[in-house]
Amino acid sequence: MTELILTPNIAGPDDFYAELLAAHEGLSKDESDALNARLILVLANQIGDRETLSRAIATAREAVPKR
Amino acid sequence: MWADRYTLAFRAYPYARASDQDRNDPARHPVVIVGGGPVGMATALDLGLKGVPTLVLDDHEGIGMGSRAICIAKRTLEIADRMGCGEALVDKGVVWNLGKVFHQDRKVFEFNLLAEQGHKFPAFINLQQPYFEKFLVDRIRAAQAQGAPIEIRGRNRVAGLDVRDDGATVQVETPEGPYSIESDWVVACDGANSPVRTAMGLDFEGRVFEDSFLIADVRMKAGFPTERWFWFDPPFKSGASALLHKQPDDVWRIDFQIGWNVDRKEELRAEKVRARVSEMLGPDVEYELVWSSIYTFQCRRMRAFRHGRVLFAGDSAHQVSPFGARGANSGIQDVDNLAWKLDLVLRGLAPDSLLDSYSSERVQGADENVLNSTRSTDFITPKSEISQIFRDAVLNLSEHHAFARPLVNSGRLSVPCIYDGSPLNGPDALPGGPARSRVGSPCPDAPFGDGFLLGALGDGFTLLTIDADAPDELTIDGITVSRLSLPADGPIAERYLADAPTAVYLIRPDQHVAARWAEFDAGAVEAALRRAIGKA
Ligand SMILES: Cc1cc2nc3c(=O)[nH]c(=O)nc-3n(C[C@H](O)[C@H](O)[C@H](O)COP(=O)(O)OP(=O)(O)OC[C@H]3O[C@@H](n4cnc5c(N)ncnc54)[C@H](O)[C@@H]3O)c2cc1C
Repeated sequence: MTELILTPNIAGPDDFYAELLAAHEGLSKDESDALNARLILVLANQIGDRETLSRAIATAREAVPKR
Repeated sequence: MWADRYTLAFRAYPYARASDQDRNDPARHPVVIVGGGPVGMATALDLGLKGVPTLVLDDHEGIGMGSRAICIAKRTLEIADRMGCGEALVDKGVVWNLGKVFHQDRKVFEFNLLAEQGHKFPAFINLQQPYFEKFLVDRIRAAQAQGAPIEIRGRNRVAGLDVRDDGATVQVETPEGPYSIESDWVVACDGANSPVRTAMGLDFEGRVFEDSFLIADVRMKAGFPTERWFWFDPPFKSGASALLHKQPDDVWRIDFQIGWNVDRKEELRAEKVRARVSEMLGPDVEYELVWSSIYTFQCRRMRAFRHGRVLFAGDSAHQVSPFGARGANSGIQDVDNLAWKLDLVLRGLAPDSLLDSYSSERVQGADENVLNSTRSTDFITPKSEISQIFRDAVLNLSEHHAFARPLVNSGRLSVPCIYDGSPLNGPDALPGGPARSRVGSPCPDAPFGDGFLLGALGDGFTLLTIDADAPDELTIDGITVSRLSLPADGPIAERYLADAPTAVYLIRPDQHVAARWAEFDAGAVEAALRRAIGKA
């Protein structure tokens, strides 16, 4: 089992972020939503490990503002 | 006037006056089965072959038209084979292996079921439900001729029942008026709307899916291959999803997802159905419309399948969406689980509490089926914007990347339940033994002698031994356990030994593993058998 990494792990964070935004450039909201979904699926497959995926999902979900 | 609720494909059991109708005091029967669909008939056959006098009451005179269940899974064929009609089903059925998945105007990928070699039966066959039911009734007729105590009464509608601790009084309506019978046990196989369940005021809870599907069975000579084709968002606008699947007799099943708020009557007009079909097949394909119907569905089950002397099996106990072909297939597994238990209880060889395990094991099976078919339904008919987005993303990726294909869910094919954690399970004490034949699982088939292993198992308890000594026969509390010695090579070794050098398996009459060890030990086998019949 791999721990979910929640400390900085991307070299060149500004480059990465810019690339992420650039990928969405010129896309409609629908196209952007679709791209995000594809990206999540590609990354999830890369991780593969079910427990790590569950932790990642839970971490993202925790950030939802309480209603 | 007697009104049928549906038209018949086969008039297999015309109404005939029974002597019970001329008695002043009601006749008493050991087992009454309410409903002669696939589940009721299979229950009657399984019990009758074991010598249990069984009476089936069905409100029609035969088998209904309409193909409904078409995919019959391997486990169902194996169970039917145990009852002597597996081969008839395969001979008539269509075997298929290749499936194609389309998204909009593109084929995104295809898959091959690639069934494992060394099994008597294929992973699946397609066969119209009326044929399946007919082969069961034919088999009942043959068994009756050999003395199996089965009786079928057509146009005998169960109108009510009074359930007591030791049985029930069943009120029956016939074209010649009502009569009553007493029954020690009642098996309610009366379908999703189960009048028995309603009469007893029992629950049936779950989730309704707000969508309707139009089925059209068409006969055509067109050269479509024997494959399963599934479209998500097809380019022809006949439905939000569509399925094309081959059946025997040049008949094809076409299934269109047509939305929730539809005018059923209008949609079922022949011209309207033909318009959808022609748009899908193209203008030049000639075909004949055989049958069409609209269905909506639910995923739900009763909390418990046993209520004292009344046992629920098949759709009366649980209902799933058709995706994944789990309705009839799981109903036949109910039968497989129930018949031997009821037989032992009736013969006084097992405590009545054995039947509680029918409920717990089959509730586990039903939950698995509900879970699987709910997930398929959520994929096929996304219910929120984001689920639609992910669904389409999966389909898009699947065209180019193999990793996304396992996420595509157009129905997960029905596999039998492994009764992990069942109270009937004995020790799983075979270090290095394969997981697939662990305690609770149905025995995997394998070539054996001139035939196959499952065919050699017989109908009672069996002790399978591989390179292990054991007596040829044991009798424990009046129950005979026969030994079957297997060779330690080939698929048998792979499916029953894996890394273990020797093995001893105790197999239940429904061919599920009750316990396993490396060596024979009389005390251990005795304890496991007692546990498997509900005595521990
Ligand atoms: C469109 C569609 C596609 C399907 N595809 C598949 C598939 O591919 N594979 C699969 O495994 N399943 C499939 N199913 C499900 C399958 O058809 C059912 O699960 C199966 O018919 C259930 O069998 P049953 O014997 O429990 O109930 P039923 O078939 O409903 O039989 C109940 C019987 O009880 C009788 N009855 C009712 N009330 C009374 C009464 N008061 N007195 C006496 N008799 C009564 C009825 O007349 C009937 O004969 C599909 C279903 C649908 C609708």
